[in-house]
Amino acid sequence: MTATMQPKSEAAEAPRRGRRTPGAGQNARPRGRGLEFGHWWWALPGIALVVAIHYVATGIGGFFAFTNWTGIGSFKITGWANFEAIFKDTTKVGALSNTLFLAFGSVLLGNIAGLVIALGLNRVLKTRYILRTLFFMPVVLSPLATAYIWKYIFDFDGPLNALLTAIGAGDQAKPWLADPQWAIWTVLVVLVWSSTGFAMVIFMAGLAGVPVEVEEAAAIDGANLWQRFRNVTLPAIRPAVAIATTLGIVQGLRVFDPIMALTGGGPAGATETLATQVYKQAFALGNFGGGAALALVLAAIILIFAVLQQRLTRSNPED
Amino acid sequence: MFRYTKLTLLREVGLWALALLFLAPFYFLVTTALKPDTELFTTSALAPPTSPDFSNFVDVLTATGNSNVVLGLLNSLIITAGSIVGLIALGSVTGYVISRSTRRWSKGAYYLFLVAIILPGQLGAVPLYMGARALGLTGSAWGLIVLYTGMLLPLSIFLYANFFRGLGTDYEEAATIDGASKSQVFSKVVFPMMAPATGTVTIFAGLIVWNDFFTSLIFLGGSANQTLPVAMYYYIGSLVSQWNSIFAIVIVSMIPILALFLFAQKRFIQGFSGGLKG
Repeated sequence: MTATMQPKSEAAEAPRRGRRTPGAGQNARPRGRGLEFGHWWWALPGIALVVAIHYVATGIGGFFAFTNWTGIGSFKITGWANFEAIFKDTTKVGALSNTLFLAFGSVLLGNIAGLVIALGLNRVLKTRYILRTLFFMPVVLSPLATAYIWKYIFDFDGPLNALLTAIGAGDQAKPWLADPQWAIWTVLVVLVWSSTGFAMVIFMAGLAGVPVEVEEAAAIDGANLWQRFRNVTLPAIRPAVAIATTLGIVQGLRVFDPIMALTGGGPAGATETLATQVYKQAFALGNFGGGAALALVLAAIILIFAVLQQRLTRSNPED
Repeated sequence: MFRYTKLTLLREVGLWALALLFLAPFYFLVTTALKPDTELFTTSALAPPTSPDFSNFVDVLTATGNSNVVLGLLNSLIITAGSIVGLIALGSVTGYVISRSTRRWSKGAYYLFLVAIILPGQLGAVPLYMGARALGLTGSAWGLIVLYTGMLLPLSIFLYANFFRGLGTDYEEAATIDGASKSQVFSKVVFPMMAPATGTVTIFAGLIVWNDFFTSLIFLGGSANQTLPVAMYYYIGSLVSQWNSIFAIVIVSMIPILALFLFAQKRFIQGFSGGLKG
């Protein structure tokens, strides 16, 4: 009985897992009168502000998803028409697949690169803190500034083509951002470049938490580098990985600034994402209803992946 | 066991090579910004300028109107600082109450904030803009501070709530037994202990607000009070392929945050990793 109940109560308790110290997870036990901390109404201003800015505004926006509102003037309720239009429009379906490609691609590559660098920097390196600072630098830059730098690098007269020409591969030179086949990869490169340092720091913090003695013991027992990583290090950093990848995917699904500055969604919609399409429909093309419907689809996708991700990384605690 | 061997040296050299490759974009940024107009298209994109020229930077710093960089810097500072203060004040109190309360509503409130973190902002952007305009909050630094505080409050509350959950209640119980009131417990006992969470909130929120472009573009639209990213956007908007001028303003816009990062890099990195340890 208790065994079958376990997973259920774990799921309900999910957000409070992690640091388990006295005080956490004692929900069921009613506290004595004198031991209640803070007044409940202290939370009201915060709740009111969040409800107004996130829920009321989003709710109104969600309502317009079912109308043909242009952004000004009157409107009619059109039911599911906006949603049907989304799945009939190849640009928007393309934007959906681009969004998924960029979100998962950047999280996967960024985390692999971050992990490799973190493992490289772990232990005995003399200049590990300088190197850590250098690899982390792109994370603090604004996406807009980052995008401008890379826009030049991928420019036809830019450094990448100059380099290709210099090493005798000049026939590979192309206008990368204007090439329908390559444009999306340039966006991916930029996203990975700016997120690698973040993943690295998360992994380094996790690795630092693995006691040297345990690793040494594993090494003495003949475990190779991969086995040591798989069986000693990875279990220790699992919570950090869970949060880092969840945030990465949520951020990745919403990607907007770098694309607007790099390609503007072009060429011919090759780098459109849901977020850029929402913006264009709602703000530039006077189709607020359609933009809102698309934003609703985006919200649903983010929600699904966030929940899925939580489930995947939180279950099987000791596999 | 883990001593510095030849292999370690090899690893160190390899990582330095990787770091230099990783940071190559900064090389192009600086060398191009220093090129005078005459060299921009005559020299290779890989080569440094033959006669470095700082006039691009002078142009950037003396620009007026809505691409006034100095004014943008000042506005960004005010807005970022104001938002951080709001997020610490509201986030700490709200996070404290919902993580300490044993009542049912506190769990509901926790999920209310958790879901708000992942809602995409665009859906509410137009209604929010109309509401802010009706309240007279558009076009002013105050309006943006309120807006950013509201937008990032769920994240701030989430970080604080996680922190308080990991913090035992012993000190608060002791203070309560000694006769401290609830507000005294918070201000005298809890507040000083939450410095690590405050550090994380400051760094996260500060970076997001400082670097944000979309919100300030829309909500400050048309006014002379631009933030730094918007001033940069307007400045670059009039330049086509003038990469030396573009990179001059990109560098100017990066200097404050990079300087702060290099100065307090340990804090930054601790803030990032500390807030996410689950």
